[in-house]
Amino acid sequence: MKEAFFLLVSGDPETWGIVWRSLRFSFFSTLFALLPGIPVGVALGVREWRGRRTLVALLNAFMALPTVVIGLLAYSLISRSGPLGFLDLMYSSGGVVFGQAFLAFPVVASLTQAGLAKLDPRFRETLVTLGAGPWRRLFSTLYETRAVLVAAVVAAFGRVTGEVGVSMMLGGNIRFSTRTMTTAIALDASKGEFERAVSLGVVLLAVAIAVNVALHALAPREAS
Amino acid sequence: MKRLVSLLLALALGSALFAQTPATPRLKLATTTSTEQSGLLAYMLPVFEKDSGYKVEVIAVGTGASLKIGEKGDCDVVLVHARALEDAFMAAGFGADRKDVMYNDFIVLGPAADPAGVAKAKTATEALSLIAKSDASFVSRGDKSGTHVKELEVWKASGVNPVGAAWYKEAGQGMSQVIIMADQMKGYTIADRATWLAMKDKSTLKILSQGDAVLFNPYGIITVNPAKWPSSNYAGAKALMEFMTGPKGRELIAAYKISGEQCFYLYK
Repeated sequence: MKEAFFLLVSGDPETWGIVWRSLRFSFFSTLFALLPGIPVGVALGVREWRGRRTLVALLNAFMALPTVVIGLLAYSLISRSGPLGFLDLMYSSGGVVFGQAFLAFPVVASLTQAGLAKLDPRFRETLVTLGAGPWRRLFSTLYETRAVLVAAVVAAFGRVTGEVGVSMMLGGNIRFSTRTMTTAIALDASKGEFERAVSLGVVLLAVAIAVNVALHALAPREAS
Repeated sequence: MKRLVSLLLALALGSALFAQTPATPRLKLATTTSTEQSGLLAYMLPVFEKDSGYKVEVIAVGTGASLKIGEKGDCDVVLVHARALEDAFMAAGFGADRKDVMYNDFIVLGPAADPAGVAKAKTATEALSLIAKSDASFVSRGDKSGTHVKELEVWKASGVNPVGAAWYKEAGQGMSQVIIMADQMKGYTIADRATWLAMKDKSTLKILSQGDAVLFNPYGIITVNPAKWPSSNYAGAKALMEFMTGPKGRELIAAYKISGEQCFYLYK
């Protein structure tokens, strides 16, 4: 514990580099999961169509898939011997972000869908009656369900910040390049450096709390 | 709509910033856990990076996994220690060049109380037979690493097939982790000397058997075949190979000690 405190206060550049890198990876992968995740969630949430339920069930299943399985799937795509090998993402920061976005996408899509499905159908009818166009309707709907969207972001961010399978498999735990808090903890623990491992664990906890507090501060108090 | 466009623009900008290529070409080295966990690479590579301008990214896994990564073209060069696997890798055309780098030895570790009486054994095979006959646990890497390959070779010579026995624990972990596990279980294990030197202050285990010729542990460096993977960094791989086996690399390896003890030795 003393060591944890010392490492951070002393501003050990490698430790802070790892913390900062983890945050950067999580930020970008959450972002890249939101881009397709929200539209897909909207498409699945606003009205009934054929095959919708099957897709929702599939998304929920992906949400529960172990990170190493997602890592394996992403690995088979981005390895130089895979279809996206030409992108040269394997064992790079891009590879970790790719895999983590893959991991977070079902979380975003599924939670967005669930939030929209719970919306009172009269809300949409009212918008139509008021003469709102399709874009206007979409933004109003998203605004109305913003509490759910924040929850989706929190859940996605939590899933990618806390995972070790994808980062280890696609990043390779390369020092100064793809070593994140979780892979550093795994490495330190495997080397018997338990003090360092615990210290990073404490940082991880602090980051998780800070992010959740910040995001919840943005969320409206009166959940719809 | 305008806001959406500016958001997308900001995103594209952000990702461009994020994906910037480093100023120096990246070189990916897949290697056994011992070269990394002993601290040798952290000590040698900065010198190479400074001299050559390459930036080496180390993926520390077992020898088996390193060769697999090389086979799939996901690294440029491998530094491993399992001669039979290395020769098969070369024969299959996955590697372009191979050179001997250094060697040290494997050692049999166990609790100071030594319930199996391994310290009296004259050879490594005898040591393992004694462990098999006792009630003590043996922790195996179980991960196709160079150490695991060597361990299985010694078991085979001893005539015991330990796989599946209750006292035989296949951990599937790196060397340091296996040393910690053996310590916790008051059991035995086979380790490479370099990792042991880096770990011994944190462990209550003792070296109980060493010096048998079968425990010889040679390390080799192999460049990934550019004919198979044209996008691999062959020039960088070759430069690292020349550095590790050249005068400067040899000087560094010879000078590398952990708490006063020599970690790796050079060929004459």
